[in-house]
Amino acid sequence: MSNATTNSETVHRVAFLDRESLAIPVLKILQADGTTFEQAVLPQIDEALANRIHDACVFTRVLDERMLGAQRQGRISFYMTCTGEEAAIVGSVAALDDNDIILAQYREHAALRYRGFSTEQFMNQMFSNEKDLGKGRQMPIHYGCAALNYQTISSPLGTQIPQATGVGYSLKLKGQRNVAVCYFGEGAASEGDFHAGLNMAAVLKSPVIFFCRNNGYAISTPTEEQFAGNGIASRGVGYGMHTIRVDGNDMLAVLAATQQARAYAVENNAPVLIEAMTYRLGAHSSSDDPSGYRSKEEEAKWREHDPVKRFKLWLINKGWMTEAEDVALYEKYREEVLAAVKVAEKVPAPLLEEIIEDVYDKPTPLLQKQLDALKEHVKKYPQSYPKTSGRL
Amino acid sequence: MAEMNMLHAINSALRIAMEKDSTMTVFGEDVGHFGGVFRATSGLQDTFGRARCFNTPLTEQGIAGFANGLASNGMTVVAEIQFADYIFPAFDQIVNESAKFRYRSGNEFNVGGLTFRTPYGGGIAGGHYHSQSPEAYFTGTPGLKVVVPRNAYQAKGLLLASIRDPNPVVFFEPKRLYRASVGEVPEGDYEIELGKAEVLQQGKDITLLGWGAQMEILEKAAEMAAAEGISCEVIDLRTLSPWDVDTVAESVKKTGRLLINHEAPLTGGFAGEIAATIQEECFLYLESPIARVCGLDTPYPLIHEKEYMPDALKTFEAIKACVAF
Repeated sequence: MSNATTNSETVHRVAFLDRESLAIPVLKILQADGTTFEQAVLPQIDEALANRIHDACVFTRVLDERMLGAQRQGRISFYMTCTGEEAAIVGSVAALDDNDIILAQYREHAALRYRGFSTEQFMNQMFSNEKDLGKGRQMPIHYGCAALNYQTISSPLGTQIPQATGVGYSLKLKGQRNVAVCYFGEGAASEGDFHAGLNMAAVLKSPVIFFCRNNGYAISTPTEEQFAGNGIASRGVGYGMHTIRVDGNDMLAVLAATQQARAYAVENNAPVLIEAMTYRLGAHSSSDDPSGYRSKEEEAKWREHDPVKRFKLWLINKGWMTEAEDVALYEKYREEVLAAVKVAEKVPAPLLEEIIEDVYDKPTPLLQKQLDALKEHVKKYPQSYPKTSGRL
Repeated sequence: MAEMNMLHAINSALRIAMEKDSTMTVFGEDVGHFGGVFRATSGLQDTFGRARCFNTPLTEQGIAGFANGLASNGMTVVAEIQFADYIFPAFDQIVNESAKFRYRSGNEFNVGGLTFRTPYGGGIAGGHYHSQSPEAYFTGTPGLKVVVPRNAYQAKGLLLASIRDPNPVVFFEPKRLYRASVGEVPEGDYEIELGKAEVLQQGKDITLLGWGAQMEILEKAAEMAAAEGISCEVIDLRTLSPWDVDTVAESVKKTGRLLINHEAPLTGGFAGEIAATIQEECFLYLESPIARVCGLDTPYPLIHEKEYMPDALKTFEAIKACVAF
């Protein structure tokens, strides 16, 4: 029999299923006070890993705070924060191998930091200077770094989801014991690309971890106007995929789930879906004001579940860190980020020639002709094109 | 008359259309309570309720397909695509379905009550996913009307005409003018006829043709040219499909020269289509080759936006070259 859906039991009276038919538990390991639940099975974690995780969280929080400030001062044009979702992002990336390939949405710079993206590299991208790996073509926060196996962010939502399925399949064909890791929000899970990507991954058996940050809002649209089903996890089951729902503000739960998801994906050449229940504490972007669509009380309630603070308490409980060391770490990064801003904003913009590079592997004759005409024009009116005219 | 910016004018058009047509719905990402990321739909949910003005899940493909379904059953629909750069997931539903509903069914069914609104264009430091001008992808699709207003007054009149036009319309809004363009706009109902260009300025030496946000660039270039004794006729095309060949041809027969300006890349841009047609219509009248001042054949860049843009200086240079040909 070819129809795989026919292995159901038969019934003889009408009985519908609904969203509650599928009970999906939430994995929780770490309590609000920094102790772990009594029955909890901890992830593999030692002091070095724990401190590396904390370090990436603190850096990201400082970066968010400082760069939002820089955007308000008009020094950069745009910014998006990771604030509130650090556990989902750092907890998952910390479970990966450095050769696992990340396809992120736009709010996962904490993962890039964890992989080793330097403060200077962050700044070069945000200031669109000539050292930016993306050559100043995209808005701030659209990072990418081949050396760190982090594919460059694309703004259109969900496009990375089927791509991750392809990346995972390529790893399988190459015989690498690695996975693709795909981050997206619950909003992006509404795009057609989500269906296409998950269905293909499940059918073609591609080793991908689909990591959904279910953070409550897609710009202003709350989850109840985004989906009517049992979150995103129910869909993983629907596609025939290994699936888990975790407390996305619980670093240890995310780490444990992702460690096991990765082991399963590599061993079975199969996809896994992780749905991390979290909350976007900040605005969608620096262009947005969340007070127009959600209450201060709601935000305040979620601040009590601050994932970075909860993990810090665990570190202190373990004796792996002191409060004073934590304070000093914030201070160190505040200074480092400010100093890096001052350096990066003085680095010149990419040369005018860069405008026609990378459209194709090499510029076509027509592009070369357009550049030549543009150069002549800029030379004629240098004061009108100050970013490039000085270095023609 | 009232002072309105373009967003207020669009909001006013939507409100009037919804008041007069109880079958009309307005929807898209964040357009409900929040009023859209640019606030074009502010207050509509409060007035008309969640059934008629609402947020959709985040799926442009779904928005367009859903809109087709509503319109195919006789409803009036205004669907928002948050940025024109994100219209491509909806491309199949728009170019294969909206545009062909009537033709393929022998008019058993059509989606004439459907309008897609979407902010387009650059000049806002948006990089290449918040700056594109994809109008030519749609002008190449028979069955769609394509409309681009240049100011608040036009936005309201053209949008009301689009909503009531018995054909699907893609309505591109120049986002860099949303708040910058402020002018006198009637508070009541009025329409600006689709398919008609507007002559903004009479001239005798060259015709400058554009649409949307580039019209202020053309007006500025015309001013610079005037200072050098060159008289420019300036025309706003307003509707790109179907476009007003007669008004443009008549002008070119008078001036003998034509310059077309758009932000989209040169190659495959709508200027090419206009140039070919005007060359047929006006061959014996032309005193210089038809000039195109357009975006480069590259994706829209962030840091080199100023260099990329077909700005007033580049237009001014091209005007001088045409006149000196």
